[in-house]
Amino acid sequence: MSEGLLSWGAYPRLPQRAHDVDWRDELPDVLVSAAKARGTTLAYGEGRSYGDSCLADSGHVLTLRALDHFLFADWSNGILRAEAGVTLESILAAVIPHGWFLPVTPGTKYVSLGGAIANDVHGKNHHRRGTFGRHVRRLGLLRSDRGRVVASPETEPELFAATVGGLGLTGIIEWAEIQLSPIRSSQIDGISVRFGDLDEFFALSEELDAQHEFCVSWVDCVARGKKTGRGVYMAGNFAADGRRAVENRRRLTFPFTPPVSLVNACSLRAFNTLYWRKASSGRRRARMAYEPFFYPLDTLLKWNRIYGTGGFQQYQALIPESEARAGIHALLAAIAQSGVGSFLAVLKRCGDIASPGLLSFPRAGVTLALDFPQTRHLEPRLFSRLDAIVRAAGGRLYPAKDAHMRGEDFRRAYPLWEKIEALRDPLLLSRFWRRVNR
Amino acid sequence: MKRILIIGATSAIAAACARLWAGEGASFFLVARHAEKLASLASDLDVRGASAVATFIMDANDTASHDAMLEQAFARELDIALIAHGTLSDQAACEQDAALTLREFTTNALSVIALLTELASRFERQRAGALAVITSVAGDRGRPGNYVYGAAKAAVSTFCEGLRARLFRSGVSLTDIRPGFVDTPMTRGLALPRLLTSAPETVARRIKSGVERKADVLYVPFFWFPIMALIRHLPRAIFKRMRL
Repeated sequence: MSEGLLSWGAYPRLPQRAHDVDWRDELPDVLVSAAKARGTTLAYGEGRSYGDSCLADSGHVLTLRALDHFLFADWSNGILRAEAGVTLESILAAVIPHGWFLPVTPGTKYVSLGGAIANDVHGKNHHRRGTFGRHVRRLGLLRSDRGRVVASPETEPELFAATVGGLGLTGIIEWAEIQLSPIRSSQIDGISVRFGDLDEFFALSEELDAQHEFCVSWVDCVARGKKTGRGVYMAGNFAADGRRAVENRRRLTFPFTPPVSLVNACSLRAFNTLYWRKASSGRRRARMAYEPFFYPLDTLLKWNRIYGTGGFQQYQALIPESEARAGIHALLAAIAQSGVGSFLAVLKRCGDIASPGLLSFPRAGVTLALDFPQTRHLEPRLFSRLDAIVRAAGGRLYPAKDAHMRGEDFRRAYPLWEKIEALRDPLLLSRFWRRVNR
Repeated sequence: MKRILIIGATSAIAAACARLWAGEGASFFLVARHAEKLASLASDLDVRGASAVATFIMDANDTASHDAMLEQAFARELDIALIAHGTLSDQAACEQDAALTLREFTTNALSVIALLTELASRFERQRAGALAVITSVAGDRGRPGNYVYGAAKAAVSTFCEGLRARLFRSGVSLTDIRPGFVDTPMTRGLALPRLLTSAPETVARRIKSGVERKADVLYVPFFWFPIMALIRHLPRAIFKRMRL
């Protein structure tokens, strides 16, 4: 009962035919039969990659959502082993009552464990804890040429480094074992501070990042001139006392896909101005639950529908520390001038903790992420300008978000890509990989 | 802390129910055919909060093995027993093959009736507990598209109707769970209408609450109750002309 699967951005619109895997013991057969008939395939989890990195080149994916069993937990040491289809939401529900939390979490809990590893995701604590992959102790891969392989930094270091952030190309991730982080409370002691421009952001980041495990900023992508880069800085730490509870807030589902995007220049300006004005000018401290702090967008299920049937693209770039101030300013100025963008534009300073993966996106610098409704003018007019700024600053784009990056830009930003190609499972190939290797 | 026996535990609907109970700290005795799948489910429930998980490998059609299984399961009193095993019969193949039809009947009706018979006496002796069986809306009326499956489910439903009245005097409940279209490995490949098809997790929430409040017959999701009421009341003269 599956219609064609798309990526989160619904662009490029290449509906994928699903081959369901219900149990681990069926996986070898389904892998071979899906790939034999079509040449290649790719594992598909929750479909939360934005662009074409989760789409199979052949249009036939293996859906692993049913591989969602926990396999083992050591509650005294915070070690958890689970099948790759388990979502971060299920992990939180299982581990919080025992006083543990995900060591690293992205901005949505609706991603699979396998997807979190394949994209080596990061979160608001990158400056403290690095990427998700740093907390993976070992993982189980199924390869069409080698069968089942257990990879860890010790036993199969090359395959492990290629698999973390390896976009699902080095084998099907069947299970993984991660190290959790201890918490006393599931609540966050947070602080939010409004900033009037980019210089203020950097000053705040210098001052407050070191004091907080979690930091992120919303930026007004419409503001121009002196106001360029104004926004709201948010930081927090887990509270030392207080409630420890799994949260299940009421959720709404965006009910339909409108024919045109509801995000446009007009709604964007109105929202951003209101949001900025609403934030108080002083430093506001508050204790809050973990859900609104980590996952504000998860309250509205299927929010990607607001961009209409045409879909959207996310642009997430990282500018190295030395060029960050000028580079981010140039990006924001170009975006503000274009008049398009998204309600949620995110600015985050990454730390210098090395990622274990060969293709991992984060490194020391500042990353800017925002969504754009897809139009045929988007790439030639805006993205080409942004790409030039990122290129000149020696920056890089995030493959998990990408649907447009030029092959030469990818290969320059990720010089180790050839090692992934060498270790790629011959039966696995994504649209993204085909595109950037041309 | 509830003690729960589930037969056919690795079926998608049963597993989804078990996860809900595990979150409340229930203890389980799980029965299924495949050792590897059962082990996955057992570890999963353990991590999700189950206080204890025991497993037993058994093919429900092997009625000779029922006794040994029940001996172990009833080492202590049980609060809930859920029978969830079954196969979706290939109607077209059954029409050409009487032996296959009988095998389908054994799996979906006879093995269930055998288990219910044994479970009923044991629950009767306990004078407490909730029995539950997953049947199907297909048992409400014999449709040309799946009357072998439907007839087997109907046999179980009718058996339950009588057994429920017998158990009532002992304070034991028997819930006849009739799911409509559910998106599970069993129904994969069928062209189910999207609007009427539910996820196992959705169905499981209603089953759990229905069994706990000792409902008699439970259509899941609830909208199948009016749909099936309508279908049950269609005159035969019309019904036999329909392609269902």
